[in-house]
Amino acid sequence: MELLGIPAKALFGQLLLGLINGSFYAVLSLGLAVIFGLLNIINFSHGALYMVGAFGALLGLNYLGMNYWVALVLVPLAVGLLGILIERTMLKHLYKLDHLYGLLLTFGLALIAEGVFRYYFGVSGESYPAPEALQGGVDLGFMYLPLYRGWVVLASLVVCGATWYLIERTSLGATLRAATERPELVQALGINVPLMVTLTYGGGVALAAFAGVLAAPVLQVNPVMGSNLIIVVFAVVVIGGMGSIAGSIVTGLGLGVVEGLTKVVYPEASAVVIFVIMIVVLLFRPAGLFGKQA
Amino acid sequence: MKLKTIALAAALAATGAAQAQLSDNIVRVGVLTDLSGAYSDIAGKGTVVATQMAIADFIAKEKPAFKVEMVSADHQNKGDVAANKAREWFEREKVDVVSELVTTSVALAVQKIAKEKNKIALISGAASTRITNEDCNDVTVHWTYDTYSVANGTAKAVTKAGGKKWFFLTADYAFGHSLEKDASEVIKANGGEVLGAVRHPFPGSDFSSFLLKAQSSGAQIIGLANAGADTINSIKQAAEFGVTPKQQLAGLLMFVSDVHSLGLKTTQGMYLTEGFYWNLNEETRAWSKRFFEQQKRMPTMVQAGQYSSVMHYLKAVKAIGGDDTQKVMAQMKKTPVNDFFAKNGSIRADGRMVHDMYLLQVKKPAESTTPWDYYNVVATIPAADAFQPLLASKCALVKQ
Repeated sequence: MELLGIPAKALFGQLLLGLINGSFYAVLSLGLAVIFGLLNIINFSHGALYMVGAFGALLGLNYLGMNYWVALVLVPLAVGLLGILIERTMLKHLYKLDHLYGLLLTFGLALIAEGVFRYYFGVSGESYPAPEALQGGVDLGFMYLPLYRGWVVLASLVVCGATWYLIERTSLGATLRAATERPELVQALGINVPLMVTLTYGGGVALAAFAGVLAAPVLQVNPVMGSNLIIVVFAVVVIGGMGSIAGSIVTGLGLGVVEGLTKVVYPEASAVVIFVIMIVVLLFRPAGLFGKQA
Repeated sequence: MKLKTIALAAALAATGAAQAQLSDNIVRVGVLTDLSGAYSDIAGKGTVVATQMAIADFIAKEKPAFKVEMVSADHQNKGDVAANKAREWFEREKVDVVSELVTTSVALAVQKIAKEKNKIALISGAASTRITNEDCNDVTVHWTYDTYSVANGTAKAVTKAGGKKWFFLTADYAFGHSLEKDASEVIKANGGEVLGAVRHPFPGSDFSSFLLKAQSSGAQIIGLANAGADTINSIKQAAEFGVTPKQQLAGLLMFVSDVHSLGLKTTQGMYLTEGFYWNLNEETRAWSKRFFEQQKRMPTMVQAGQYSSVMHYLKAVKAIGGDDTQKVMAQMKKTPVNDFFAKNGSIRADGRMVHDMYLLQVKKPAESTTPWDYYNVVATIPAADAFQPLLASKCALVKQ
């Protein structure tokens, strides 16, 4: 059986691989969208924090004997605390200024983090083994699916769904959204707005670290793994609509699939296809696919 | 008495003349390398350490009448940054020789500047055969390896051992294409067949789609015509998707640092070709141990080659008692290279330093007895066969 001149078997395989990559895009762009949507900060250190998450898992294993499942919970919490520290000591001074200052600060932090890790670990990085329960794979008929990759899709969907539910469907989420629209009014109702902002940034950062731990067994853990990914993830957020929670999840998964298909048809273009889509979307829907038109 | 005075005067005059030939009595060696980017593990700070070792050893053993100084800089893998730095060094800082130059675009840019300024370029880390072919000149020496020598060694050995059907995973830029082309020619010449290739964007991080194509191609051998992090992730993901061990991987350009970072479990059984391995013999172990004490890593072939090239240059300067570029080059080309790094080494008219290369196979985890004990030496490829034959060179300096 063939579709578009491509054997169906190969096509299904590539679609599934696209979905797996899309899961990473979704979790990362979700964190960015939360931080931008609620705090109006363009968090350029997101890629670096994802890298710190992956290294957290690696160092935890090497020095503390921390297994994967523990790392998946503890590392995002620890990196989230680091995010809170960054927000309290640096970012909070920039809220009254132009977006550009936040972008520059977080970009600088990203460069420092990468430099420090490169100094101590070199650029080749190290391998992180997949947890024993998820080693091996299943033959789906059209392709061999490593169990771990299946787990990546599952874990991402659960985390994305839970985040969306928290922000869009709970009273805590409603308060958060209100606090970003009218901070003075919400503050007057007796709600501690600065604390909510701090926790939101910590939460967004924890999502980046979660993606980092998820990626550690798949990719070589090295200091530049974040900077390779962050530009693509920004494009995903722009296409989805800056700040749109659902938009970033759906777009992340969708663009992963589009990229996967490009790898079948014309692999040379797979690195640029997302940016071509970004340009087209910006021309016809400047607020993004799911953004509110101004 | 009179005779003695005359002899003394003549000797003094000779020394004086030699001194006068050496501009300001200081030889300055520039190390222009990637100190922070993708190639900083294979070259990087390790090449600075190797250069310092070469200078210290040279001064201790040869006791030259001149001083030797070193300057180093990060070229960020950018040709224009490297060209500007080299120009500044030659024009303002009286640098006599610029060395290392990992990344082909950097090497090509700097060898042009060296020619223009009539100074010497010693290339260790860059891989392209263009350096000694289309772009060759008479002030450049390409020391450690090139795409031909590494692709040739591995592809020939694997094809001869029965790996006849190949598929390539190729980084989509000049370097990857050149590796694929060099390897394909050798495979066909040895009765093998290339079933296809997939070109992946550079740099990449997820290679699963490409590996799936390679898997369905029916090839026995998947040739990795890429380098650094791309090679590392390709190997890691090939194991994850069950591509290996049903199909075998052949890394066309791999370094001991790549094997170190991936671990033996993932890389065992792979064939690769290098110009140097720290655990070859007493001599290589002794030097590498000294290197390890400073760098806390075993040397790559690029770092060992850097020491060897700088040492050879300094000895040539001492031998002729001056730093005139053409005279130093003539002396370097006329002197064979035999040190811990190079066996049966010599510099050809096209600037290629040919020496024995080694076909290596990565050990099984159980076979490795000490840290960094990674390879079995399968064969020594003699200098005469390891590199592109001089007759095939496109270099204008080679008289056909």
